[in-house]
Amino acid sequence: MNSTSHFVPDRLQSPLARRLKSWETLLLGVAVAIFIANSFASPYFLNAWNLSDATFNFTEKAMIAFAMALLIISGEIDLSVASIIALASTAMGAAVQLGVGTPGLVAIGLGVGLAAGAFNGFLVTRLGLPSIVVTIGTMSLFRGIAFIVLGDQAYRGYPESFAYFGQGYVWWVLSFELVLFAVLAVIYGIVLHKTNFGRAIYAIGNNPTGAVFSGIRVQRVKFTLFLLTGLMSGIAAICLTSRLGSTRPSIAVGWELEVVTMVVLGGVSILGGSGSIPGVVIAAFVMGLVTFGLGLLNVPGIVMSIFIGAMLIAVIALPRLWTMWRRH
Amino acid sequence: MMKRLATSREAILFGAILVLLALIATRFPAFVAPSNLAGVFNDTSPLILLALGQMVVILTKCIDLSVAANLALTGMVVAMINVAAPGVPVPVIVTVAVLLGTLMGAFNGLLVWLLSIPPIVVTLGTMTIYRGIIFLLSEGKWVNAHEMSPAFKAFPRTQFLGLPVLSWVAIVAVIAFYVLMTRTTLGRAIYAVGGNPHAAVYTGINVGRTQFWAYTISGALAGLTGYLWVSRYAVAYVDIAGGFELTVVAACVIGGISIVGGVGTVIGALLGALFLGVINNALPVIDISPFWQMAISGAAIIVAIAFNAQASKTKGRVILKSAEHAA
Repeated sequence: MNSTSHFVPDRLQSPLARRLKSWETLLLGVAVAIFIANSFASPYFLNAWNLSDATFNFTEKAMIAFAMALLIISGEIDLSVASIIALASTAMGAAVQLGVGTPGLVAIGLGVGLAAGAFNGFLVTRLGLPSIVVTIGTMSLFRGIAFIVLGDQAYRGYPESFAYFGQGYVWWVLSFELVLFAVLAVIYGIVLHKTNFGRAIYAIGNNPTGAVFSGIRVQRVKFTLFLLTGLMSGIAAICLTSRLGSTRPSIAVGWELEVVTMVVLGGVSILGGSGSIPGVVIAAFVMGLVTFGLGLLNVPGIVMSIFIGAMLIAVIALPRLWTMWRRH
Repeated sequence: MMKRLATSREAILFGAILVLLALIATRFPAFVAPSNLAGVFNDTSPLILLALGQMVVILTKCIDLSVAANLALTGMVVAMINVAAPGVPVPVIVTVAVLLGTLMGAFNGLLVWLLSIPPIVVTLGTMTIYRGIIFLLSEGKWVNAHEMSPAFKAFPRTQFLGLPVLSWVAIVAVIAFYVLMTRTTLGRAIYAVGGNPHAAVYTGINVGRTQFWAYTISGALAGLTGYLWVSRYAVAYVDIAGGFELTVVAACVIGGISIVGGVGTVIGALLGALFLGVINNALPVIDISPFWQMAISGAAIIVAIAFNAQASKTKGRVILKSAEHAA
């Protein structure tokens, strides 16, 4: 589609200049600016407990976003993540009615996530179907099953110890979710940036055919990534269900959009092949801060979604407008 | 060869619909009575209209996830116009709806064409933006039946030659799109862009502009459907047709329109929509909870793409290796 030829510079930029101009630095600047703006806009913002509360806005979504980032870098996408949450949460809710304890619930949440991810992965890698349609289909299917089971009802009565995952604190204001988010960020950062598996993901995203001829088991890597995305959705389902203390079939509706927005905002190319975990981490903070700041100013949720939608388009449009403007 | 394959695929889908109807008829003969079938068609008309627009977009290798939000926003705007000025005649209302929808579709198209932003990102974004604007306009309030003027509500129900106007709009659209896709240069360009964008460029087709037109067409249909929807159900609020964009994509996929572009027909889109329409209308009749609807359409999408992928494996060998990678 891009008919313009690639721009080749005369000499390479110095590493420092490149780092300063990078997407992550820009994003970090935005995050700091929002933070400062928020602390001026509302007197309730600069409070350790309020800030800690604000992290719940993004931790669960960010956990999925890490795996989604890997998946998108490899050139695939999973739009069924929010529906996997609904399915896993419904399964856990049903288990509660049978008297299953907290360890069993966690196992069920993770198991359903893995199974759903494996189902997506099977359809995409074994049957060779495009992931966007497959996951639009499973998005309806998974949430549809939750609706069949629950209808307009809700599951409640989760055991008290189960509440820890979404409401517990490890130390002072550091919630379990925030710590889990940090640990997962480090793990995903290492996997993507420091391992052969991570290199393989970039290779697949940049040139799937080339990756095959370089000896990378493309289908197996992609299947693993779908499995990981399912697993992370399962973990997010455990945290969210624990935090809300109930399950409705409409749980986490629309989250797939926010997760994809977070990933794209983090500088991951939707076409695959480039992006980084630090970018996604900063993007998670940016989205969390925007939502929290607007919430303090009593902006309704649906208006916030306008901001998020506009942000999604703007982060891609603005750099392109900038290069177009510079060339003329 | 391709044409024969395509026609057989539609024949299979048509057969599937007939089998479905026959199965329902064994227990509920009244369901297949002509008057009830006409009712099913009328009920499916909005889906048919949107599926036609979506088909054009998908054929050009794009996707439009903003159609339902476009529909809802247009519906809300015309409903509010009707409340504020009940005297505005229906043709003006329809024109406003189509223009507004066209504008929103064109906005998607411009972002895809001029900034080459990936279609899924653009329409995921505009989907939430359009939906959010409805809230800003209506402040979350509903426009209810008693606030709308009788003429506003009557238009889609008016009987004409035995069928409601809503059904006629769908029939006319199907015929118009059949002509557009098979008899005009734009129709050929749409297939060419989706089939092989690089070859399309060399034959003098502007790929981006063709995609822009596809989005504009889809937007216009969504706008038109917005008015028809709101006047038919006589209510407008923020969440009308929530998630309907997926049903529309499902109808196209079931109808054999390839998500990678270039393959698919008007008849396919029509049959895909009718397939879902028959299922949705049959569920309450055979006493299955409407909560099954979502899972069934999800399963139908997966079965349909798996089936279509199997069918297309027999295609001819690739002569130009680079063309395959470019796709």
